[in-house]
Amino acid sequence: MSQWVVLAVNSFSFGGLLFLLSAGFSLIFGLMRIPNLTHGSLFMLGAYIGVTGLRLGLDFWSAALLSGLAMAALGGVIERFLLRRLQGQELPQVLMTLGLSFIIADLCLMEWTGDPISVSTPGALRGVVPLLGFVFPIYRLAIVLIAVVIAAALWLMLDWTRLGAMIRAGVDDAPIARVMGVPVSRLFTTVFCLGAGLAGFAGMLGAPILSVYPGLDAEMLPLALIVVILGGSGSLLGALVGSFVVGVLYNFGPALFPELAYVVLFLPMLLVLVLRPQGLFGRQSL
Amino acid sequence: MASSLSRRGFLVGTGLAALPFAPAIAQSEPARIGLLTVKTGPLAQGGIQMEQGLTLFLKDRNNTLAGRKIELVSADTGGNPAGAKTKAQELVERDKVDVIVGPLAAFELLAISDYIAEAKVPMLSLAAADDMTQRKPNPWFVRSSATSSQCCHALGDFAAKEMKLQAVAEIAEDFAFGYEQAGGFLRAFEDAGGKVVQKIWPPLATADYTPYLAQLSGIDGVWNGFAGSNPVKFNKQYADMGLKEKYPVVGGWTAYDDALLKSFGDEAVGAVSASWYSTELDTPSNKKFIAGMQRDYQTLPGGYAAGTYINGMCIEAALEKIGGKTDNKQALIDALRGVSLTDTPRGPLRFDHLGNVVGNVFIRKIERKDGKLVNSIIKTYADVGQFWTYDETKYLAAPVYTRDAAPAKL
Repeated sequence: MSQWVVLAVNSFSFGGLLFLLSAGFSLIFGLMRIPNLTHGSLFMLGAYIGVTGLRLGLDFWSAALLSGLAMAALGGVIERFLLRRLQGQELPQVLMTLGLSFIIADLCLMEWTGDPISVSTPGALRGVVPLLGFVFPIYRLAIVLIAVVIAAALWLMLDWTRLGAMIRAGVDDAPIARVMGVPVSRLFTTVFCLGAGLAGFAGMLGAPILSVYPGLDAEMLPLALIVVILGGSGSLLGALVGSFVVGVLYNFGPALFPELAYVVLFLPMLLVLVLRPQGLFGRQSL
Repeated sequence: MASSLSRRGFLVGTGLAALPFAPAIAQSEPARIGLLTVKTGPLAQGGIQMEQGLTLFLKDRNNTLAGRKIELVSADTGGNPAGAKTKAQELVERDKVDVIVGPLAAFELLAISDYIAEAKVPMLSLAAADDMTQRKPNPWFVRSSATSSQCCHALGDFAAKEMKLQAVAEIAEDFAFGYEQAGGFLRAFEDAGGKVVQKIWPPLATADYTPYLAQLSGIDGVWNGFAGSNPVKFNKQYADMGLKEKYPVVGGWTAYDDALLKSFGDEAVGAVSASWYSTELDTPSNKKFIAGMQRDYQTLPGGYAAGTYINGMCIEAALEKIGGKTDNKQALIDALRGVSLTDTPRGPLRFDHLGNVVGNVFIRKIERKDGKLVNSIIKTYADVGQFWTYDETKYLAAPVYTRDAAPAKL
């Protein structure tokens, strides 16, 4: 019994982390139609930058903020100077993001070596709460809270601001939005920065749980892909629901079907691709 | 081709480059050691240490073994079988190496095993796949580290007899190295009176082990066989779930390698592991090795660096026996397998007739001393071979340790 409660709570906790990772991925995918394969690398690099911040004496939250800002800046550079040159050519853009992910991985290896780095949980959140004979780390609960706050902020931004309206217009139909006077190119840069920043922030937030090591990028990227395919690209609600669905699959899959950990994770994605290619909450593309 | 010639010309000197293949000159040419390692990707942590260990050894010997100059040719396999195959061929056919050290991972080793046997180049690898020296032995292979199950046999014995554990859950990555370690632990542990009651196999790339940890129940201890960077993640999540206070944890050598100590925090204190190497072993050669690693790389070495350093010592001993000549590869591999050393960083070692090491297995416990984590040796099993206390013929008649099958009783 207690096992199932722990798994249920952890589904939300892991889902929260996945949402922070995937929200940006989803917006970028929805607006620019690029599955940004650098997204896992931004997550990992964000964590490494945060580690360096900690070593320089920053506290955990400032370090996480630094990770977010640094990755937002890097995202801006990638969009403005690399992807922009290949505008409209989706395959070359995807290949470029893939190439970049390899480059970032090797640069991280040079700078932070191959040794895994463990990040301590920030002091105030170090305790545990008892849970039916098990204990559950408070920090993991805090992640759910942070994810919900950020989801709410993103929702307010998308639904209630001018910028949000422009992004929604761009996701629905970029060429028409451009004709109507929406600065779509600048929008691309903004969204890419935002998505990259969120990924970097998530990397540092995940570090006390996951630690930081070479290969973290490749471990997280497929999870973001599943979330977005399940939830539907460009949809914030889709990313949120998708994250929690993947959180549940990720936690209950191994317990119920230990031999089929990956099948449980990827089969729903295949079903969605076949039966509802736009995802649970995505709009039918025009 | 042009680049390979100019490279050799650069390395050997222009005088010799004109006559590199003339037999009369062959033995005054440097002998070449090819290192197959991994310097990029997720396996790079161990791979970089392998290169450091061998480089340090050659530096300690002034790049001269048995009076012969030695040249090191290092190749990065990228940590995949296809890369290992390509680089092994390059080392053998282009660089004409006399002996190969590496590769790191079992799946790389299995990919090149047949080729190495065909090319007849002696190979000293740290990869642990049991059957390389058991049911499918390769006559050109020497292993001075351990098979996957070798240290875990000793750990199973220790866990049952001295830690008095009775019911243990096994958790390790879902691949051959995990199965073979788990099988070794299980057989020795159950033969000594314990019982393995749960087996859990998370995929190699698992971000969060909590779903697996929530399943633990009805046990009084946990054995883990993690490798690479997974141990750091596993131990943190294990402690975060409050399990460290409930069930003591034991593990294989890669799970608590000395090189990982700087990455661990308090969550790893108290963990007991079995390894063929320990930085705490007080021998002259180990002291020299550790001092060198700290001087050149500012790091506490673990099994990967120690392994290639020890491989270097084996090559040295073999070359001394055959007068530094490397043109007769059969004589070289015979000499390698006949090596018996009394002082290496892991203590005395020799090889069995299948090319696998017989030597110390240390039971270590992680403690905090002067603020730093150390793997203190709490027991040494001397002269441990790959068959533990079992009869070789019966052992080999049973199948290799797998995911599900409980090993046959011997």
